[in-house]
Amino acid sequence: MARILPLLAKVVAVLAVYLVVQAMIMTGVVDDYILITMVTICVNIILAVSLNLITGFTGQFSLGHAGFMSIGAYTTGLLTMHYPTWWAFLLGLLAGGAIAAIIGFLVGLPTLRLRGDYLAIATLGMAEIIRVLFLNFPFTNGAAGLSGMPRFVNWTWLYVFTAGTVILISNFLRSMPGRNLIAVREDEIAASSIGVNAVRAKTLAFVVGAFFGGLAGGLYSSYFYFIKPDLFGFQKSIDILIIVVLGGLGSLTGSVIAAILLAVISSLLQPFPELRMVIYGLILVVVMVFRPQGLMGDRELTFSAMRRLLPHRWREARP
Amino acid sequence: MEEVLQQVINGLSQGSIYALIALGYTMVYGIIQLINFAHGDVYMIGAFVGYFSMTSFHMGFVEALITAMAVCTVLGVTIERIAYRPLRNSPRIAVLITAIGVSLILEYTMMYFFGASVRSYPPQSAFMSGSFNVHGVVIKNMQVVIIGISVTLMLILQYIVKRTKVGKAMRAVSQDAEAARLMGINVDTTISLTFALGSALAGAAGVLVGVYYNSINPLMGIMPGLKAFVAAVFGGIGLIPGALIGAYVIGLLETGVAALGYSLFRDGVVFAVLIIVLIVKPTGLLGKNTKEKV
Repeated sequence: MARILPLLAKVVAVLAVYLVVQAMIMTGVVDDYILITMVTICVNIILAVSLNLITGFTGQFSLGHAGFMSIGAYTTGLLTMHYPTWWAFLLGLLAGGAIAAIIGFLVGLPTLRLRGDYLAIATLGMAEIIRVLFLNFPFTNGAAGLSGMPRFVNWTWLYVFTAGTVILISNFLRSMPGRNLIAVREDEIAASSIGVNAVRAKTLAFVVGAFFGGLAGGLYSSYFYFIKPDLFGFQKSIDILIIVVLGGLGSLTGSVIAAILLAVISSLLQPFPELRMVIYGLILVVVMVFRPQGLMGDRELTFSAMRRLLPHRWREARP
Repeated sequence: MEEVLQQVINGLSQGSIYALIALGYTMVYGIIQLINFAHGDVYMIGAFVGYFSMTSFHMGFVEALITAMAVCTVLGVTIERIAYRPLRNSPRIAVLITAIGVSLILEYTMMYFFGASVRSYPPQSAFMSGSFNVHGVVIKNMQVVIIGISVTLMLILQYIVKRTKVGKAMRAVSQDAEAARLMGINVDTTISLTFALGSALAGAAGVLVGVYYNSINPLMGIMPGLKAFVAAVFGGIGLIPGALIGAYVIGLLETGVAALGYSLFRDGVVFAVLIIVLIVKPTGLLGKNTKEKV
């Protein structure tokens, strides 16, 4: 019973968020403009959570997440343009994730012997190469990109994939291979000496992270029905990294909160387009100067943590 | 043969500019292990200062170059003082994000005040825009000036780092900041000085690019900044000779690929070569592989 209740609470919370937003969409409280922001938030959550797995939990500094995203975006985009059916859409998401994962594996294996900043620049290079390839492939329409793919993403799909990603990754981190990743982050040599295969752990982090990065790209291309290589440049990778660091390296809930906060700030600054990026930059500097570990540090916002915030007598009343 | 030599000259000019930027990257990295993403934007500010010195204040090329270097020096030191020094003991990735924040502030402040449009430098003197012919290879005077100024500045830098007391302090801090402090070296001043030198070189690169390519805009620092960083990593980040080699290799590679008619693949080739080098030598061409002790 004691174990079932928190699980039940989580299920209820996840369902409640979905139903409330669904109701708001149906009653028209959430209009198209807000929905676009919400799509951006959800895609960014998936991207940030999957990058956090690589950079925050495994400690491998990656500057190339936009590359994985672009693979998913182009796979889903191309598939749904040629076969505009639901099946093609779902297949595109999975195939996009799978291709990104394979690239993550192929790129990861040789480059993972690099450390720190050398790895960062190698991943950055990989993403740039992917971008240059998409610029030059005969079937991707060059710099103009693809447009006019059918929109299959709605709130339901979006939420299923976003919540699914967060739940899967948080459960993965509590599994044996997931614990290995954290051990590698804490001390690679110590982890190896107690039998953790560090290379396998790092490659696994890249493969899983790349898969969900590709998935996010697929969702993005299907909602915005327009993609071009320049959308997935160095700047995009940096944007994702900013969410992860701002939320806190090694905190999934931190990534979720930061993705939401940054999107809200960004849309609040919409009326001042000239100063928007200046203020955004100022926020980054100020947050990092006063809170260098990010908003959440490496802690998670859990139900038990929230209960600790409640007044004492409430706490007693619950199991 | 002439064609090849021609491209080598072009590549050397391009490489010189990368080298000036890469030196700032690599020195800052060597001393505080920070990838200073705002460095490319200091270079952009240098280009703009040079532009306004020439148009609004009617300065000549040399005066504009010196003004830009001076302004960039002050800017670099200020950035370090305000944005990086409070984070001295924070995780490195936090400082990195701060650097990205500073970079955004510089780019979009310039865009707010001066607009996003491309500006072109005023026409240069007859000497600067002239050219001469050596056995069929056309060499622009400007290219000679660029390579000459870059090499001179690098020699001065090399002298400062290797032969002077402050240079010794810089090398000491980059080896072990704590031990350097115990030996009576003022670590903060030394770091400020590193930023000053690096930023001055970036400012010079900005003016040279403005004169050479004749077009500047507030976002011009992003790509050369990235390339210069790649150059620094290529040679072994933190090493001054490494940055030079990396910058010239990348400059030559880029002009070579473009001359063969694959300019669309240019950036891809640069990064592919970088990855291959890193796979073979994980700490760059000149980097030493240090074993990690438990």
